[in-house]
Amino acid sequence: MGEIVLQAKNISKHFPGVLANDHINFDLRKGEIHTLLGENGAGKTTLMNILDGIYYPDEGEIYLNGKKVDIRSPFEATKNGIGMIHQHFMLVDTLTVLENVVLGLESQGFYLDKKNISEKIAEISKNYNLDINPYAKIWQLSVGEQQRVEIIKTLFRGVKILIMDEPTAVLTPQEADSLFKILRRMIKEDKSIIFISHKLDEVMKISDRITVLRKGKLVGTVDKKEINQKELAKMMVGREVLFRLDRNPIRRKGEVLKIEDLETHNDKGIKILKGVNFSIHGGEIFGLAGVSGNGQKELAEVIVGLRRAIAGKVYIKGEEVTNLCPKAITKEGTNYIPPDRLKVGLVPNLSTVENAILRRYDREPISRGIFLNYEEAAKYTRELIKQFNIMVPRENVPVKFLSGGNLQKLILAREIREEPALLIAVHPSRGLDVGATEFIRKKLLEERDQGVAILLISEDLEELLMISDRIGVIYEGEIVGMVDIDSANINEIGLMMAGVHKNPLLKGEENVKV
Amino acid sequence: MRPDAYAITIILLAATVESGTILLFPIIGEILTERSGILNLGIEGMMIIGALVGFATAFITGQIYWAFFMGMLAGGLASLIHAFISITLRGNQVVSGLALSIFGLGVTNFYGQEFVNLQLAHTVPQVIIPGLSQIPFFGSILFKQDYMVYLSYILVIITWFILFKTKTGIQLRAVGQNAQAADAMGVNVYKVRYFWTFFGGLMAGAGGAYLTLNCAPFWLDGITAGRGWVAIALVIFARWNPPYALIGAYLFGAINALQFQLQSMGTTIPSALLSMQPYFLTFILIIVATLLVKAKHIGVPKELGIPYAREEK
Ligand SMILES: Nc1ncnc2c1ncn2[C@@H]1O[C@H](COP(=O)(O)OP(=O)(O)O)[C@@H](O)[C@H]1O
Ligand SMILES: [Mg+2]
Repeated sequence: MGEIVLQAKNISKHFPGVLANDHINFDLRKGEIHTLLGENGAGKTTLMNILDGIYYPDEGEIYLNGKKVDIRSPFEATKNGIGMIHQHFMLVDTLTVLENVVLGLESQGFYLDKKNISEKIAEISKNYNLDINPYAKIWQLSVGEQQRVEIIKTLFRGVKILIMDEPTAVLTPQEADSLFKILRRMIKEDKSIIFISHKLDEVMKISDRITVLRKGKLVGTVDKKEINQKELAKMMVGREVLFRLDRNPIRRKGEVLKIEDLETHNDKGIKILKGVNFSIHGGEIFGLAGVSGNGQKELAEVIVGLRRAIAGKVYIKGEEVTNLCPKAITKEGTNYIPPDRLKVGLVPNLSTVENAILRRYDREPISRGIFLNYEEAAKYTRELIKQFNIMVPRENVPVKFLSGGNLQKLILAREIREEPALLIAVHPSRGLDVGATEFIRKKLLEERDQGVAILLISEDLEELLMISDRIGVIYEGEIVGMVDIDSANINEIGLMMAGVHKNPLLKGEENVKV
Repeated sequence: MRPDAYAITIILLAATVESGTILLFPIIGEILTERSGILNLGIEGMMIIGALVGFATAFITGQIYWAFFMGMLAGGLASLIHAFISITLRGNQVVSGLALSIFGLGVTNFYGQEFVNLQLAHTVPQVIIPGLSQIPFFGSILFKQDYMVYLSYILVIITWFILFKTKTGIQLRAVGQNAQAADAMGVNVYKVRYFWTFFGGLMAGAGGAYLTLNCAPFWLDGITAGRGWVAIALVIFARWNPPYALIGAYLFGAINALQFQLQSMGTTIPSALLSMQPYFLTFILIIVATLLVKAKHIGVPKELGIPYAREEK
């Protein structure tokens, strides 16, 4: 392996209330794939943002090829041959691929020579197998294609060091494999890659070396050949990790949710659900797999009444609830854990108490005519806090100051306490640390054992395989496959997520053995 | 058509263009300002400052073009107050813009006292473009105007070209659509926003100066009469695209011209009712525009009104 091209020494960075990087040392060699591993909140993104000039470190130095550099902006990072692909893509969705590629480039003249640029893009595409139409608008592209645009952007700038922040989080297993091929191709040309992930299996697959961060601190750097997955997990979490959750045998009850030929539009007015059919019984977790943007979010919104169905029907316990208002649907026994905690799930500037009572502020004993009974409300909140082990500084602090795990526990507590017949959970463990993730999953399993029907929408295949009883796959607004958990196979599901395989035997009930 | 009806039509349409030009400048300016993500509700204030400075300069020096330039510059300088508050201090853009409008009205009210009811001896001279003005019908409407009107034509084309064909335009659109991405790609978000907010101010000042130097060559308190607010509304109608600004501005100009024509012909319709028409039209245009912009996210710059800070979550 080559010489050291980049070295970060003693990097520290504070944010209000957190030490995101605590004297971190890190180095990168020419032609290697160096993985940065760590749980959510470990400080990976912060460290990389520092290398990319987005943040400026409080302390520490950066050396490029042995020379000390001072990177004050992403622009200077690019000039130094460093390019970063962020977890949330830095693409302007109303601009075309070509316009995004040249955005911020000094070398371009005032007038854009689109023909010349598109030829250059075509050359890069051919070289690295990155098929893309330079005149497509970003919003028209799939997530996988957008990632290709990001890669082309860095190649176009001739970067030597490429940083990718959790690039596989949004990809199907197959798409991830083809990304790995591209990365291997890049290191053959003596580029160096920093790859960020918290998925252990792919880390073992792609890395040369691995650096582990935990809670802002450096745990260590190891050679891939000298470590195994289990030891890595321990380094990352700081304790032994359960890879399996114990699960009671399923006791399926009557049908709770039934969806018939459901269709709806997305925010852009494009039809995103194209005739969805399935049903869920009490006591089962139905996992819905799919790459984001295939209609999952909209499906959940239609069921809970936040989005209008343009065709088809939704039944809960045999009652039609299509296009009723959210409150009426909740009354039918539906509760919802939305994908976006602070935008939909909670009111960021209200306190824990006020958020906790959002489902029952209008009912006795918390409601007293036009007044609120704050004592009752606080009492109820304390119950939730205790029962769900929620950490809150004080009950009257705005919830936006709670950590992700505690926010999610609060939502889960509030929704479960309504004793739903149907619980819809969208990305319930996204962005949570291992402890909170385990907690949430266990709670969902408990609810299932109580006889609740659960629709679990997730992009995390491992999670789906771990706790679902049945898995459906959604692709471009249709359910393209449905498998029982005992016969589920991760590769097959991956292919269905990519729209390659279809399981034609679908129409609601065929796969269900009652 | 009878010859006199033909002549009246030409006069009306030529007046439409003139009256529309007062709005065309600020609309174009605000389109680009908003494209960068800054909402400047201070147009009314910047326009009236431009109107007074233009008028006063012309009155004192007698130099019309110099006066136009000074009015424009005054608008630009006024916009820097808004730029500082919303870009550097990251204040609330709605409040800052409203304050700028109120400030503009107040300040001109005070400094304009000595000019009230005074008239300019000369207005902007007509400049007939040889050749083009010979085009039947359109020639007399579009090319027997003055340099400011011609400047507005050129601006429509240039701003459109900059927006969609140049590097500068991509930066501008990127900053207004996704400031974080633009920043990550090395675009200086603050610089872009300052520049285009200033440009918007220049244009508002130009609109105001054109009003007092040409269309109403005298000074009155509040002479802009809400045109700045109409301009903001017409930005939406134009869907942030300069060529469409022409349509909105001239429609407004047409109603204005027609109303004056009717009044001078001695109609029985009360003049207050007539003067209301342009504002009424604005409402209708907004409704039409809103219905047109159904695929909403394509028009409105996503960052509009949102301050940018690099390390904020
Ligand atoms: N811009 C910011 N403002 C405040 N806190 C931040 C900011 N960015 C990151 N943090 C905090 O720093 C810590 C590390 O975050 P991050 O680097 O994003 O972790 P990772 O990428 O490993 O998940 C977290 O506690 C996070 O909340
Ligand atoms: Mg991160």
